[in-house]
Amino acid sequence: MSVTLKFGMVIVLVIGTLAWIAIGGTGDSASYFKTIPEVEKLSAAEKTKKLRVGGIVETGSIKRTGNQVDFVLVDGERKMNISYTGNEPLPDTFKDGSQALIDGKMGDGVFHATKIAAKCASKYEAKPGQNYKGNGSVYVKQS
Amino acid sequence: MENIGALAIMLAFCLSIYSVAASLVGAWKKKPFLIASGERAVVAVWALIMLATGILLYALVTSDFRFAYVAAHSNRDMPWYYKVSSWWGGQEGSLLLWNFVLVWYAFVVVIQNRKRHRAMMPYVVATLMATQVFFLTLNTFPASPFQMLAQGQNIVEVQDGNGLNPLLQYWTMLIHPPILYMGYVGFVVPFAFAMGSLITRQPGDQWIFTTRRWAIVTWIFQSTGVLLGAGWAYAVLGWGGYWGWDPVENVSFLPWLTSTAYLHSVMMQEKKGMMKIWNIVLVASTFFLCIFGTFMTRSGIVASVHAFASSNIGNYFLVFLVLGIALTIYMILGRLDYLKSEAELESVVSRESSFLFNNLILLASCFAILWGTLFPVISEAVTGEKVSVDAPWFNRVNIPIGLFLLFLTGVGPLLSWRRASAAGLKRNFQWPFIGMVVFMAGLFAMGVHHPYALMTFGLCLFVTWTIAQEFYKGTSAIAKKESMGFLPAVVELTHRNTRRYGGYLVHMGVVIMFIGFAGAAFNKDSTVEAEQGKTFQLGRYDLKVTGVKSGQTDNYVWQSATVEVAVGGKPYVTLEPERRIYSQSQQPVGAVKILRKWNEDLYINFAAMSSEAQKPIIQTYIFPLVSWIWVGYWVLLAGSLVCLVPSKVKLSYARTEVVGMAGKHEKVAK
Repeated sequence: MSVTLKFGMVIVLVIGTLAWIAIGGTGDSASYFKTIPEVEKLSAAEKTKKLRVGGIVETGSIKRTGNQVDFVLVDGERKMNISYTGNEPLPDTFKDGSQALIDGKMGDGVFHATKIAAKCASKYEAKPGQNYKGNGSVYVKQS
Repeated sequence: MENIGALAIMLAFCLSIYSVAASLVGAWKKKPFLIASGERAVVAVWALIMLATGILLYALVTSDFRFAYVAAHSNRDMPWYYKVSSWWGGQEGSLLLWNFVLVWYAFVVVIQNRKRHRAMMPYVVATLMATQVFFLTLNTFPASPFQMLAQGQNIVEVQDGNGLNPLLQYWTMLIHPPILYMGYVGFVVPFAFAMGSLITRQPGDQWIFTTRRWAIVTWIFQSTGVLLGAGWAYAVLGWGGYWGWDPVENVSFLPWLTSTAYLHSVMMQEKKGMMKIWNIVLVASTFFLCIFGTFMTRSGIVASVHAFASSNIGNYFLVFLVLGIALTIYMILGRLDYLKSEAELESVVSRESSFLFNNLILLASCFAILWGTLFPVISEAVTGEKVSVDAPWFNRVNIPIGLFLLFLTGVGPLLSWRRASAAGLKRNFQWPFIGMVVFMAGLFAMGVHHPYALMTFGLCLFVTWTIAQEFYKGTSAIAKKESMGFLPAVVELTHRNTRRYGGYLVHMGVVIMFIGFAGAAFNKDSTVEAEQGKTFQLGRYDLKVTGVKSGQTDNYVWQSATVEVAVGGKPYVTLEPERRIYSQSQQPVGAVKILRKWNEDLYINFAAMSSEAQKPIIQTYIFPLVSWIWVGYWVLLAGSLVCLVPSKVKLSYARTEVVGMAGKHEKVAK
């Protein structure tokens, strides 16, 4: 057997194994990006999939009891109740009014979150034309 | 003053365009004056960027809130060092930091090579400055750090700025961004030399010898930067992990993988004249992945937990990437004749093939991570549905890769060049292998049943054994011949071939880090709403909250929980995790407390007060072996510094030509 062929076989074996591991894992770990209105329209079968939902944390809705955190996520008109019991601490940026991306599964009327990512919308990086809000004074950016 | 800053940036922008043009035209028309003028323009650009940076820093330190950037990223009551680090707290400033680091590198290259590489230099300068033009475009047009806030009638002046993102107010964040940038921007230099060498059709490996040290130094910065980021995530972000496969982390890791691959495969070119195309591809990939990383963090194309805003500069990056990559591919294809390999692979079990597999596996990991990171974008383009993959997927793919790499770390350096003999294999690997099997059986008997952890520990012993064996063999030979003591002989041995033995030390550092990674298989955690004075347990620790305190500093208000920890009924330690709310940004931030020990970390986070009962919610974690990661880093650093020391014995690598063809290749090794 020629050396090139041997190398080819080993390389195919290595890459093949990795590709197999990667593709095999995709199904389990895939989360589908959905908006709240889209989640409401999902069929029962589709609701069992892992989902990732985005929205704004409703001000005053965060309730913490024991290891459980409940809150309401808002997307325009639509609202969704979310419950989180994961063991990772929530990010510091998770608070009233922050933008959040929630990974999890739909349960009976409540979305069970497994991971929460959040960022403070445009707090640190106002877009041109937007006003900065600092220390109560409003000022306009020259552009 | 702000006008001078803006003007300096604009002038630097024009001059760097001039520098590219002068260098290229000078080289084309063979006009030494133009070439020299192109190089001097680099010095002028350097001076202008220093000036602009100085002005921005001055504005930051003196809290000049007329500057939009200062108002958005700094505030009066921050300590001065955080005011300085606000420099890279936002978009405009971090792009200026890119320019700052890049122009320093270009400056050093020009000074170092005044008299060397005259043929190549115009193209090196042109490549460096073309990159500079791109980043200065960003700082001149869409992201100027010198935008001012309006002043005058009916406009309230800003009393205080928004402040630096509190998550960034931590000591590692003072050095993490500059160091990471030094690592990433640094790869522009080997890339520029590779391009120069391609364009001028250099027959030899000149560019590799010139940039060897650059590559190692920038690799050290990359490794340090990534590790500092991990350390920061662990101690500050409060999710108790050092790595979460977040897009921003991933893109910082990608160029590290390709540059690591490059540092290995470059040895094939130096010693055997093989893999020439491959090395150019690796250098170019590393460079473009660095640009890509900046693009990803700055454009917000993939949702990330890092609080970076989406912005309009993404298109600029895409154009630069597409143009740059197209040009590089065109160059390589046009010069294939100069990149012919001087030797062939002879056996699947040889040093050559271990390098090949090392590269294959590093690149596979790089590709997998890139794929996973971009999966939402790819899936949306293909199926119309946005799908993301999570951390378990990345672990699933990368843990086997890591283990295979660890295995190669032990095996590769001991295989002989060309073809390993069965006797040699037995001599080198018999005892380490038996040791590994016995060790794994022992661990299994002691109750370590997690398969990946078990394999990691076993392989770590195997690699350590082979490295120790190498040092022992060399040392005892020297000790005998020179009649030295054992320790001086170790130093002598390392000094004789610093890259080889420094490399072993780096490998040792990686092994120690892997032990730390494997510890994650045994993490424990608990979250409780703590009754005052009531004990709860985690592992061997008995914990009890005895009180909640609060207070205030200039910069933030804080609340802390006093957690008393006891082991076996005896008081052990008291930790006070804290929650802060920064006054300017109204951003809450947790300050976890970590008891670091060699075998495990006790990590306590004060998550919040519960909504109804108003009791502290305490999250406690045990992270076994995490400290080994940081120790491993120091070993890795020491090893890479050893690699930079010139070897005492000047080694000449006899390039083994394919036997039987000597007639055609007269210039066999000297």
